Amino acid sequence: MSTVATSQIKLTPEDTRPRATMRSRLQDALPKIVLAPSFAITIVFVYGFILWTIYLSFTNSKTFPSYAITGGRAYQRLWNWTFDTDPPSSWYTSITNMGIFGFLYIAICLALGLFLAILLDQKIRGEGVLRPIYLYPMALSFIVTGVAWKWFLDPGLGLEQTLHQWGWTSFHFDWIKNKDFVIYTVVIAGVWQASGFIMAMFLAGLRGIDGEIMKAAQIDGATTFQLYRRIVIPLLRPIFLSAFIVLAHLAIKSYDLVVALTSGGPGGSAWLPSNFMYEYTFKRNEMAVGSASAVIMLMTIVAIIVPYLYSELREKPR
Amino acid sequence: MSAVTTPAHPAPSRDSGGINVKLVNRIVIYGLLALFALFYLMPLFVMLVTSFKTMDEIQNGNMLSLPKAPTFEPWLKAWGQTCVGLTCAGIKGYFWNSIKMVVPAVIISTLLGALNGYVLTKWRFRGHTLVFGLMLFACFIPFQSVLLPMATILGSLGRFGVTLQNSVGTSFGLGNPTVNLVFVHVVYGIGFTTLFFRNYYEAFPTELVKAAQVDGASFFQIFRRIMLPNSMPIFVVTVIYQFTNIWNDFLFASAYAGTGDAMPMTVALNNVVNTSTGVVEYNVNMAAAMIAALPTLLVYVLAGRYFVRGLMAGAVKG
Repeated sequence: MSTVATSQIKLTPEDTRPRATMRSRLQDALPKIVLAPSFAITIVFVYGFILWTIYLSFTNSKTFPSYAITGGRAYQRLWNWTFDTDPPSSWYTSITNMGIFGFLYIAICLALGLFLAILLDQKIRGEGVLRPIYLYPMALSFIVTGVAWKWFLDPGLGLEQTLHQWGWTSFHFDWIKNKDFVIYTVVIAGVWQASGFIMAMFLAGLRGIDGEIMKAAQIDGATTFQLYRRIVIPLLRPIFLSAFIVLAHLAIKSYDLVVALTSGGPGGSAWLPSNFMYEYTFKRNEMAVGSASAVIMLMTIVAIIVPYLYSELREKPR
Repeated sequence: MSAVTTPAHPAPSRDSGGINVKLVNRIVIYGLLALFALFYLMPLFVMLVTSFKTMDEIQNGNMLSLPKAPTFEPWLKAWGQTCVGLTCAGIKGYFWNSIKMVVPAVIISTLLGALNGYVLTKWRFRGHTLVFGLMLFACFIPFQSVLLPMATILGSLGRFGVTLQNSVGTSFGLGNPTVNLVFVHVVYGIGFTTLFFRNYYEAFPTELVKAAQVDGASFFQIFRRIMLPNSMPIFVVTVIYQFTNIWNDFLFASAYAGTGDAMPMTVALNNVVNTSTGVVEYNVNMAAAMIAALPTLLVYVLAGRYFVRGLMAGAVKG
């Protein structure tokens, strides 16, 4: 930065002194001036708004925001809803669903993504055709593809009906209408959407592995299975981490998936916290409770993302 | 194990047994890959064939069969006549709403991202990592944590717009849902665009910028003459990424333009599909979904590689 300043001053010797310093000072400040609006926008509309939401979560805002702090009542209610499950509350359903969905979605996407990447890495003819097919769900809104999924999973129309027509009349698949199983249909659709992307991440990782290591292991008599288990998968550790972060973040933010596939499911049984927040804030006029749930979502993401970003940004100036 | 057997009978066992095992392996691998390709393609396929069927054929036929007498009727109806809520004028208006929202939002956020990336790599100042870190984290927040404050602010801006309209004669776009959405998407998009350009410019030789400075080139001259001509690939990546994300957005769209004539495509589609009056016209729903998918699908088919690069850039390197 200091080198920039001196070179600018040297470059304008013929100008009169005060103007030159004015101009060079402006030149020096210009980068910051250019960056300032974006930075200000981020500070106000991201961090300011987050504080605002946190503030609201400590009031008793209902339909309209109220700004008298009334303590952690909203959190207390959520907390009670979590453990007093006698009539299972929407919040209890939402966080239980989050647990089931988050775990299965991340685990299956990682397993399937890795599996497909390894298969595709076997010098496959037609890889250029297959890869885009596995990945396209990520380019479409789930509001769009959910229309097809909803139809496919509907017992009266989709898979069940088709298999009945083909003669398997005892086949039964009505998860989407069943309040205990509807979340698993969200898992299926979620995995369908994101696993291709995870495959691409793993494939990029596999392509980055030094071929010499593989050759050496093969010469030493390692079977293919051993080769992958002992050498390749450990080398892919950083990809596992990135993929996990991406998936965890996508899982917590999942919203359209539930809306498009189930419209919330029977009695809100498919809700995730993101749906809970939207419904309570905008439809049920429980602004404080909605805000509190948003804060909890945010904290969960912070716990996952911040250490990751910190280590990523740290590594740079090596 | 193989170390013991190979020296005993070296060539023959490898060749005769090896080729068969290899062939079976190949068949299994290709079979699995094809099976998964079907799994990923199925929803799109169902959507496509159903959108060309008559209702009769849908009710009596098989979901996976090709249309016997393909008809464009559902597409025309979806475009021009189907009901979104209470208005029955098709989805064409909402399609244009989305275009009107996406184009400015993509252009503004991409240009800001380019400038920010330029400043953050070539005009570094003390604390640039912190600034970048704060902007980067904004990409990952669950938008639920800013949804409500933004709704409040947009509401007051809208009221201010009405006042302006009454006193000055124009609202300057304040309160216009499309303008609001452009603003929202720019605000929550610059994190990503900045990330893309920063990482790209990081690898761009700083010596060139220094040399241009010595020659007396100004901040913007360097940007226009040196950076921009070398930024084509990252522009493509960013534009595609932003286009796809903003086109597919559902949360902001339903929160800030969820009713009325200004709804973007995703919200309108969701309304079409969930309208429960009368007979559900699956073929029209599917056609509407296909229309909503077409822009992003087209971009994906034409420039899928860049889309994947954008996804990766957002994921692998923080």
